[in-house]
Amino acid sequence: MFKYIAKRILQFIPVFLGVTLILFIMQNVVPGDPIKLIAGERKLDEVTERNIRAQHGLIKTDADGNIIYDENGDTIETPMYERYFTYLTDLLQGDLGTSYQRGTSVSSIILQKYPYTVQIAIVGIIIEAIVGIGAGIISAIKRYSFWDVLVTLVTSLLVAMPAFWLGMLLQLVFGIWLGNVTGGAFSFPISGVAGPLAKYPDWMYYVLPAVTLASVSTAYTARIMRSQLLDVMNQDYIRTARAKGLSKGAIIRKHALKNALIPVVTYVGMDFGAMLAGAILTETVFSWPGIGRETYVAITQRDWPIVMGSVTVIVFVVMIINLIVDVSYAFLDPRIRLGSSKNEG
Amino acid sequence: MIYPVHQRPDAAAHADAIAAEHGGAAVSGASRTLWGDAVNRLKKNKLAIIAVIWIVFIVLVALTADLWVPQVLGDPNATAANMAAESRLAPSLEHPFGTDSLGRDVLSRVIYGARISLTVGVVATGISTAIGLVMGALAAYYGGIWDTIIMRLADIFLAFPYTLFVVAMIAVIGNGIQNVFIAIGILGWPSIARVFRSAILSVKENDYVDAARSMGASDVRIIVRHIFPNSVASIVVYATMNIGGAILTESALSFLGMGVVPPDPSWGTLIQDGQKYLQTEPWLMILPGLAILSTVLAFTLLGDGLRDALDVKMKDA
Repeated sequence: MFKYIAKRILQFIPVFLGVTLILFIMQNVVPGDPIKLIAGERKLDEVTERNIRAQHGLIKTDADGNIIYDENGDTIETPMYERYFTYLTDLLQGDLGTSYQRGTSVSSIILQKYPYTVQIAIVGIIIEAIVGIGAGIISAIKRYSFWDVLVTLVTSLLVAMPAFWLGMLLQLVFGIWLGNVTGGAFSFPISGVAGPLAKYPDWMYYVLPAVTLASVSTAYTARIMRSQLLDVMNQDYIRTARAKGLSKGAIIRKHALKNALIPVVTYVGMDFGAMLAGAILTETVFSWPGIGRETYVAITQRDWPIVMGSVTVIVFVVMIINLIVDVSYAFLDPRIRLGSSKNEG
Repeated sequence: MIYPVHQRPDAAAHADAIAAEHGGAAVSGASRTLWGDAVNRLKKNKLAIIAVIWIVFIVLVALTADLWVPQVLGDPNATAANMAAESRLAPSLEHPFGTDSLGRDVLSRVIYGARISLTVGVVATGISTAIGLVMGALAAYYGGIWDTIIMRLADIFLAFPYTLFVVAMIAVIGNGIQNVFIAIGILGWPSIARVFRSAILSVKENDYVDAARSMGASDVRIIVRHIFPNSVASIVVYATMNIGGAILTESALSFLGMGVVPPDPSWGTLIQDGQKYLQTEPWLMILPGLAILSTVLAFTLLGDGLRDALDVKMKDA
């Protein structure tokens, strides 16, 4: 087991280097000088601009932070590979750099934004697990019934619609129309987050964004649950249980569900990782100040330290979650042996 | 969240299953071909037929739009005053989907949007399929170091948060419809490569491949003549579903303002336009969304139908 985890972490290193290297190459070919964008329409004066470049390591400085000039009196641009190396060494020391635009440290920005993404991911995953698994079970037990058809229909629709559009429909129905129907007495907030000045009770702010975030994956969860349960119900041991005279309910509860749930739990776990990667679209529709929205804005502003920092954190979190899911898979299902047959356990 | 097709948990599993089934037992009866059988089975699938009809309808409408759809950009001689009068009208006989803030007929824009969205879906899928096929073939056929490098590269691409990756790509190459093709196309290859790779691996060990090689056939000939025809079914299913995924991604990019550039109407830009008037004229965003929903659904249903129709395991069912 430990061998397997160690192997997985080792495999993670080249992938991580690849992801960060691609981002680094991107920022070097992207049009638009990020430093010139800091002041917007106004122009930075030359000294300030030079100092900012030096501060971010874009031009060469000596050990004391003094700018080095070449024989013509021009600054010397730091080559990409050197900056990439600096990024990696800083990263190992827990330093994610400083934002071009705001001058604050990237870690503090991530610490401020990431909790919002985590909150909505937790609410979303709870909805996904309860609704998805529940709908899948009903659908499988009452196969070809009205409920099965309904679940199949709704999941097909959810998978085919843009989630941001679903978010807007929810805003329309539960924010605007519900407010109109009840004469303004009851409706859900359509944007923003809970806070001391908020108009609505705290929990209400999570409902619509979390439902939007979870919509597509809830549909998949229901589908996987349904097909797994149907699959398991055809197994020999279920027939044996039936032959013993167990009731259908007891068979499902005691025998079928345990086995059918394993792939579903794996999928839900992986999806939790995906949700923790932030959701640009959901966060945009609901003005939710999470990491996805933050990274998106940073990309449009060419604020590369934030982009690098948040993608680093996101990729790391997703990899850890996936590793946890794979390892727990082996615990949940004793038939699964991780790694090769020799180093099992 | 959007699910690009390569992350669709069920699609990949099905495509792999098909790939595994294509070991070589593809042709059974004497006069029956795989594709003839598939078409017959597809004809029995009502949902798939509806999907085909819808797709053909959308394509025809998009192709012939110039002939019968009213001016999309509004009246060029309109003054500010009568533009305001025409602006954001409720649906009526004259404007079945109403008009937008500039007084343009929304139905016309949705129809022209079909052109852009469908083109993006097909071209982007074409690009990712082409790259994926080459990469998958290199990895599976030559194995060894090629396999390691290409599959690691695929892992790297898949490790990126997808939407962020597309957005970053667009930031690098700029927006506009061609760049949307490129960004979605380039980022989609790893899934196709994986499917094709596993398909090749299952076909490669067959005796007829050895036979072809012993008769002196070149690698390219073996791949094109012997391996590709035996794994094409999984590719077709995958690509069909991918078109829907690409349309969704395009709508997301355009919604964020990073896709198709106005005044070109794509379904995503129309939703973005409509969002501002959610409180007062909700149909502005509802109708383009329905267009996306119905089209993506059609491609998904067609993909499901093809999957069932081409699945050798179900041949006698």
